[in-house]
Amino acid sequence: MTLATARPLSLGLRRPRPAVATATGFLVLIGVAALWPGLFAGDPLAADPFHVLRAPSADHWFGTDQLGRDVFDRVVHGARHSLAIGVAATGIAVTAGVLLGVLAGLAHRYADEALSRSFDALSAFPLLLLALLFIAVAGPGTVSLVVAIGIATLPHYARVVRAQTFVVRRAGYVTQAVAFGDSRTRLVLRHVLPNVLGPIPVLAMIGLGEAVLAAAGLSFLGMGPQPPSPEWGAMLSEGRGYLRIAWWASVLPGVVVTLTVIALTVTGRHLQRRFEGREQW
Amino acid sequence: MTAVLRRLATGAVVLWAAATAAYLALLAAPGDTVDSIIGDGADTPLIRSQIVAEWGLNRPAVVQYADYLLRAAHGDLGRSYLLQRPVRDIVGEQIWPTLKLALFAALLGALLSLLLAVTTRRPWARRASSTAELVLVSTPPFLIGIILLSVFSFRFGLFPVAGDRGFAALVLPAVTLALPIAGVLTQVLRDGLDRALEEPFAVTARSRGLRESAVLLRHALRHALLPAVTLTGWLFGILLGGAVIIEQVFGRPGLGQVTLQAVNTKDMPVVLAVVVLSAAVYVVLNTAADLAYLLIDPRLRGS
Repeated sequence: MTLATARPLSLGLRRPRPAVATATGFLVLIGVAALWPGLFAGDPLAADPFHVLRAPSADHWFGTDQLGRDVFDRVVHGARHSLAIGVAATGIAVTAGVLLGVLAGLAHRYADEALSRSFDALSAFPLLLLALLFIAVAGPGTVSLVVAIGIATLPHYARVVRAQTFVVRRAGYVTQAVAFGDSRTRLVLRHVLPNVLGPIPVLAMIGLGEAVLAAAGLSFLGMGPQPPSPEWGAMLSEGRGYLRIAWWASVLPGVVVTLTVIALTVTGRHLQRRFEGREQW
Repeated sequence: MTAVLRRLATGAVVLWAAATAAYLALLAAPGDTVDSIIGDGADTPLIRSQIVAEWGLNRPAVVQYADYLLRAAHGDLGRSYLLQRPVRDIVGEQIWPTLKLALFAALLGALLSLLLAVTTRRPWARRASSTAELVLVSTPPFLIGIILLSVFSFRFGLFPVAGDRGFAALVLPAVTLALPIAGVLTQVLRDGLDRALEEPFAVTARSRGLRESAVLLRHALRHALLPAVTLTGWLFGILLGGAVIIEQVFGRPGLGQVTLQAVNTKDMPVVLAVVVLSAAVYVVLNTAADLAYLLIDPRLRGS
């Protein structure tokens, strides 16, 4: 570890440890909420017409919305929807990005050039507009949202893996495996793939924050899960109409999105410094 | 010179690839183009054949593709299925409110980040600012908008709630869009300043007896601005994507509203035009930034 020569991004440089611990704790909490929402919260769809748009109180920590549904219950259950979208989208981006990146890194010069320019072309579209184009073609809904964000964030991973592959293909152990007469498949699966994956988990963690943010934005625009599904972005969009009389129905779900993204970024950057000791971008 | 030419060629290739990708998306769209054009209108075999002839849908796919590229290169973005008007006119009318918003926000964001990066040099101020930046970068833009709206418009009644009448209506949307930009730019600028202040020229300047503030403003800042140039393309993407959401939050007219409406009604030529246009601007800005780099920093010209 040559930490002395490393120059991490200034933002994380002096972040005290308690912040990382808090962030990780929050992530665990959100993770548990996504897996077993019933532990913390009641029915997210239970309407109560006698308690509509009530302010936060001991009974309703985050208040109630326009149908008298408990906002806290909905936020807890929403963790599953929002995180699932983020994780699935990042999963698609990482899988496709790694495959295309390795392919570009090992391919002939012209094929590599073609693939690299395609990554450039893909990242020329602003994320949100590329996702909107995809949704215009495939129609709104959770699946479109996931695939759209997956495609839009794929070039990032592909570029990193391609660069990594260039390093690995010249490594001694690869030359040796070639000399031993390993098959091409074995070479890629056994020697190249495992060694280019190093930076991916941490990148994916930071990328997950970005995906959650993008998903919330798109479902705020009505392109994602449809009501009454308690997805965070959709909740914000629904509660927005009552902003003047009940800020909590839209602001509090938004705050939870923000905290989740912050927690992912802080933890991700911490791990990045910890395991790599060098700059990623 | 070769470096410049190569950069321009790469830009052109990327542009072509982006236009093609968007066209492929159009082809992949389910449903018949004729159905989309007819919409809720009268649907008879005669009308169908007229539409096919008028829009040239009976030509081979390759010819249609070539025609699309040729027209796009001339700035002809096709015609809206729904409004039966040239897309160029629709975009031309709606681009100004969005441009106004984006430019004002970019200016605001840049000023704010300059101010923050230069003034927060002390450890405690830096930590406070870093935390604020992280929060701003991680907050969905619509949440910032909603909070500003509920505080300044609903609570204090300082700014209009919706619309695009006059300067007052521009303030809150622009601030909403500027804050996340300021978050990222401040990080980049501060990092650049940190690097520059460790360079030999900073030591030389100090040894000449220059005050630290003069070293910072006169010498380090210029170097710190360099990496920010690279972000131009990214900045544009954030501005445009953010504008789509913010126009929705604040009920402003503009390109974002046009795009959303087109997505919802499957008016593909409009969606395609906005997406390809944004990719084109991104590529042009990025190429220009790279070329500007060669101009600003002679060290890069050699290789």
